[in-house]
Amino acid sequence: MADLIRLTAAELAAEIAAGSVSSVEVTEAHLARVEAVDEKVHAFLHVDREGALAQARAVDERRAAGERLGPLAGVPLALKDIFTTEGVPTTVGSKILQGWIPPYDATVTRRLKEAGVVILGKTNMDEFAMGSSTENSAFGPTGNPWDLTRVPGGSGGGSAASLASFQAPLAIGTDTGGSIRQPAAVTGTVGVKPTYGGVSRYGMVAFSSSLDQGGPCARTVLDAALLHEVIAGHDPLDSTSIDAPVPDVVEAARNGSVAGLRIGVVREFRGEGYQAGVLQRFDESVALLRELGAEVVEVSCPSFDLALAAYYLIAPSECSSNLARFDAMRYGLRIGDDGTRSAEEVTSLTREAGFGPEVKRRVMLGTYALSSGYYDAYYGSAQKVRTLVARDFERAFADVHVLVSPTTPTTAFPIGERADDPMAMYRADLCTIPVNLAGNAAMSLPCGLAPEDGLPVGLQIIAPAMADDRLYRVGAAVEAAFQARWGHPIIEEVPAL
Amino acid sequence: MPGITREEVAHLARLARLELSAEELDHFAGQLDDIIGAVARVSDVAAQDVPPTSHPLPLTNVMRPDEVRQGLTPAQALSGAPAQEQQRFKVPQILGEE
Repeated sequence: MADLIRLTAAELAAEIAAGSVSSVEVTEAHLARVEAVDEKVHAFLHVDREGALAQARAVDERRAAGERLGPLAGVPLALKDIFTTEGVPTTVGSKILQGWIPPYDATVTRRLKEAGVVILGKTNMDEFAMGSSTENSAFGPTGNPWDLTRVPGGSGGGSAASLASFQAPLAIGTDTGGSIRQPAAVTGTVGVKPTYGGVSRYGMVAFSSSLDQGGPCARTVLDAALLHEVIAGHDPLDSTSIDAPVPDVVEAARNGSVAGLRIGVVREFRGEGYQAGVLQRFDESVALLRELGAEVVEVSCPSFDLALAAYYLIAPSECSSNLARFDAMRYGLRIGDDGTRSAEEVTSLTREAGFGPEVKRRVMLGTYALSSGYYDAYYGSAQKVRTLVARDFERAFADVHVLVSPTTPTTAFPIGERADDPMAMYRADLCTIPVNLAGNAAMSLPCGLAPEDGLPVGLQIIAPAMADDRLYRVGAAVEAAFQARWGHPIIEEVPAL
Repeated sequence: MPGITREEVAHLARLARLELSAEELDHFAGQLDDIIGAVARVSDVAAQDVPPTSHPLPLTNVMRPDEVRQGLTPAQALSGAPAQEQQRFKVPQILGEE
């Protein structure tokens, strides 16, 4: 059999179900890979070796007992450290939760376990998912497997890097402004932000509740669909969870096609700040869609121009409120409790010591935007922009089935380059943010390497809310056509570690 | 719209319960001023007659049946407490001495 760590999740699941390899063997192969390369990559914050092997053994026993296994049973996965895991540390990349062991599983964690997916460990991320490079982790940056001196994107850089370095065939991310799609784009992997409300947020540490959405990360479109199906669906524990059937994403991924579809190119997503090689690969993708039988038209979404500004008011406002719960009283870090200080002083000292610079910036920005006197001008206007963005999408989707754009304006940038320049960092999410504001679904998948630096470029596909299956139908067609052209998946070109 | 001063940032830090150092105040004041300068563009739409959107889903009052269910045990709920006493969270002094 081929090297186990190079197989797709679908292939691994088939081999395990057929009995040609055990889940324990597959899990051990991936744990060995983690041991061999993660010192260089730093994708994981915590590896749960014992827990993973116990989950794998349980799957093997169920198979031996003749039980029919789910489509991903026995396949290893890397879980972003924002989802609670009972008995396993959950830090959200923050010192304020260092050492915290949650007493319960997130719904996503529970569904993965029920599906027999083997959780290898928890992946690195920008603190509280605030960032676009994973440099804001309190526990050090993650390297991009394509070039370890560059960022793997963020906030889910650990999850994306684990895939691109073959430490896991599947991963879970969360996407508030692009934190699944942007890391996928810059690591040559596939990432999907499902429709808002499609995947439960219960047990997912809150950053900006009206924008946050968990979703699948993988190396292929089909693997992402199989994982999407496992984690999606109504959850009574999340009041914003959609009570409707999950679109048939797996069927769509198995039957990729764009023939007869109308596809819109968003006019506003190019121009100043876009790397030439990114636009070149994007234009080739558009030409490919035409060759495959799609009708491609240009659409205009004028309000997207204000989306970034609106996002950096709405997300900080919600975060300043959500993060008020980190008060040093019930769990997490407590600093300065020497018997002489008041609770308020202890809270302030703890938050000062426990939060990193980006979290502090956003908490203060949100506090500012919500203050009386500024509320209408800032938060109120941002909410109006949100309506205008949703209307632009509505108008576009009345005419086309999906929209396409580059996922990110540039390829992976060097670690340190934007670390202390917040506005430069924020622009990495220029093309992904409008989707979060409106709550619809989007995917990033590889569309080649930029000629000038040899780094991966992502193609973003955007679908209306609850039409997540369209992402997979189009994504699978594009993936198959590109692989036919390249002769292999682009991820095979990632340098050896 | 006006920018943000160092004094205002100090006030925000107090409201947000962040005991910032003097160096942090200097550093953040400049950065927040830049960010606010950039995001202030949203006020271009302030005068437009557009309803605000606070949330992508049109949901109101999502209810579930009021049934007794197993919750966390006291030991589980207290498992992450920085300090505890008599099955309760132990916190620093909240009220003044007198």
